[in-house]
Amino acid sequence: MTTTVDDGAASAALEEFLNRPPSLGQRVHSVLHSQPALSPAIVLVLACVGFSLTSSHFYQLQNLSLVVQQVAVVGTLAAGQTLIILTAGIDLSIGAVMVLSSLVMATLSYQQHVPGVLALLVGVAIAIAAQAVNGILVTRIKLPPFIVTLGTLSVFTAITLIYAKGQTIQLPAGAFLLWTGDTFSIGSLHLTYGVVLMIAVYAVFSYALRYTAWGRHVYAVGDDPEAARLTGIRVNRVLLSAYLAAGMAIAVAAWVLVGRVGGGDPNSGLNANLESITAVVIGGTSLFGGRGVVIGSLIGALIVQVFDNGLALAGLDPNYQVLAVGILVIAAVSVDQWIRSVKA
Amino acid sequence: MTTWAPEKVPALEARGLVKLFGRVIALDAVDLTLYPGEILAVIGDNGAGKSTLIKCLSGVTIPDRGKILVNGNEVRFHTPQDAQAAGIETVHQVLAVAPALDIASNLFLGREIRRKGPLGSVLRMLDAKEMRRLAAEQIKNLGIGTLQNIGQAVETLSGGQRQAVAVARASAFGSHVVILDEPTAALGVRETGQVLKLIRDLRDTGKAVILISHDMPNVFALADRIHVQRLGARAAVITPKTHTMEDAVAIMTGARRMTPA
Repeated sequence: MTTTVDDGAASAALEEFLNRPPSLGQRVHSVLHSQPALSPAIVLVLACVGFSLTSSHFYQLQNLSLVVQQVAVVGTLAAGQTLIILTAGIDLSIGAVMVLSSLVMATLSYQQHVPGVLALLVGVAIAIAAQAVNGILVTRIKLPPFIVTLGTLSVFTAITLIYAKGQTIQLPAGAFLLWTGDTFSIGSLHLTYGVVLMIAVYAVFSYALRYTAWGRHVYAVGDDPEAARLTGIRVNRVLLSAYLAAGMAIAVAAWVLVGRVGGGDPNSGLNANLESITAVVIGGTSLFGGRGVVIGSLIGALIVQVFDNGLALAGLDPNYQVLAVGILVIAAVSVDQWIRSVKA
Repeated sequence: MTTWAPEKVPALEARGLVKLFGRVIALDAVDLTLYPGEILAVIGDNGAGKSTLIKCLSGVTIPDRGKILVNGNEVRFHTPQDAQAAGIETVHQVLAVAPALDIASNLFLGREIRRKGPLGSVLRMLDAKEMRRLAAEQIKNLGIGTLQNIGQAVETLSGGQRQAVAVARASAFGSHVVILDEPTAALGVRETGQVLKLIRDLRDTGKAVILISHDMPNVFALADRIHVQRLGARAAVITPKTHTMEDAVAIMTGARRMTPA
């Protein structure tokens, strides 16, 4: 059955319907859509307020300093992980590469008496070379990043253990490589130079992702690689560069780790692979690629640390922290699903 | 409307293109001629070689044999960038846009403008303002009034608006040949109308347009000439004035043979 309606009236009614003010849900959706770091930022603020109410120790600058210091390693690592996840990839080997790099730095400096700066540079080269292996396997042999890095996770972990021969290296106080663990104070805020390095990594990555063509290409490749290829972006080159840039962040994280454990420990950073992914996901970056901001991952890492610290101060079983992080991850992915469901 | 004249130098010409996929002959010595300021429709049944032909012309596929000439000069395309550098832009059936990026970023994807001075050359900073300004200008020139907010993410646009972004992208940057692969296949009636108007406007600015479409009424309404592809070869070139839709379908399906034009 067809009905004939007056064309003008119909389109006027239609226009009115199309131009109706957005509902509250739509407005929230639109804001979260354009600001991926907003929801984790809200969670972080709420968590801080909550823990400040349960414990008067929490909001002391001394305690907050500790939280920030503890986040430096995973936070730096998460910056690198963000780049890879933005390309719709994932790096399960990122923590293993960091430990390998940190161990090489410490061993060269201590056992081989290589100058600290040189040992650092070799460690950086190792991290970048390891990421080049991941990147080449992903772009040239066209393996899924999950499989590639699952394999290299074992490979790099094994190399680390073979190289270390089960030994932990303790660097003498004052060694150049321990600089990242040295603290400085701003009032009663005590920070390590490792924290400064972490912030520098975030600043550089944020700039590169937001203000350079390379950054846009990273997003475009993660969003839709075929479309990116048709617009003339060299997809493989962008992918490889993301792995190499992540290698830089891993190298910095390795140096921060050396400062934190006071040398090289093959058993440090065991959970760093998954912790970095957790930070990125809680930080609002989509596992499907092309969506998110790097600063969100720092917020994500801070959220995990704040829960750890706050629950301990509240005198709760530390296992509740594990529980809380698990719930946060699922909540973050659910929010991402909702945000990505856009209707025209 | 038709500014086509045989003595003009073709904007784009293909001579004897051959492409095999294994033992399948996708293109069997195809010729194609496209003049500036005309819309050449390419029609043909499924498997007639339309897509392969277009991929050869846009640098996505490399033909096994044959020549491609742009403004009378022979060219060789190895990548889509080569074709773009020669002024040939393609709007693919799979819309080549990055949904999460905004309209301006999409228009300039792959050829971003950097800031002048050390900010651009050393720090590689993009000139977002300039790109937005040029994008807004481009959108305005094309008369796409429905795209108001240039900072809007492309995924929040309707199908027709996305197509308009893709067309705007293809017609910017000094291109002189625009290839459109099924530009209205996924669109509603109203949106189809908008895109058809865009295509006409492109032609009227002097660009040469290739339109691949299954939609006969649209083809006959828009095209100056129609290239009929059949079994990997050019079966005929007809015009909407001299032939009817029935003729076109008959040539396409092989019910009627034509001596190549």
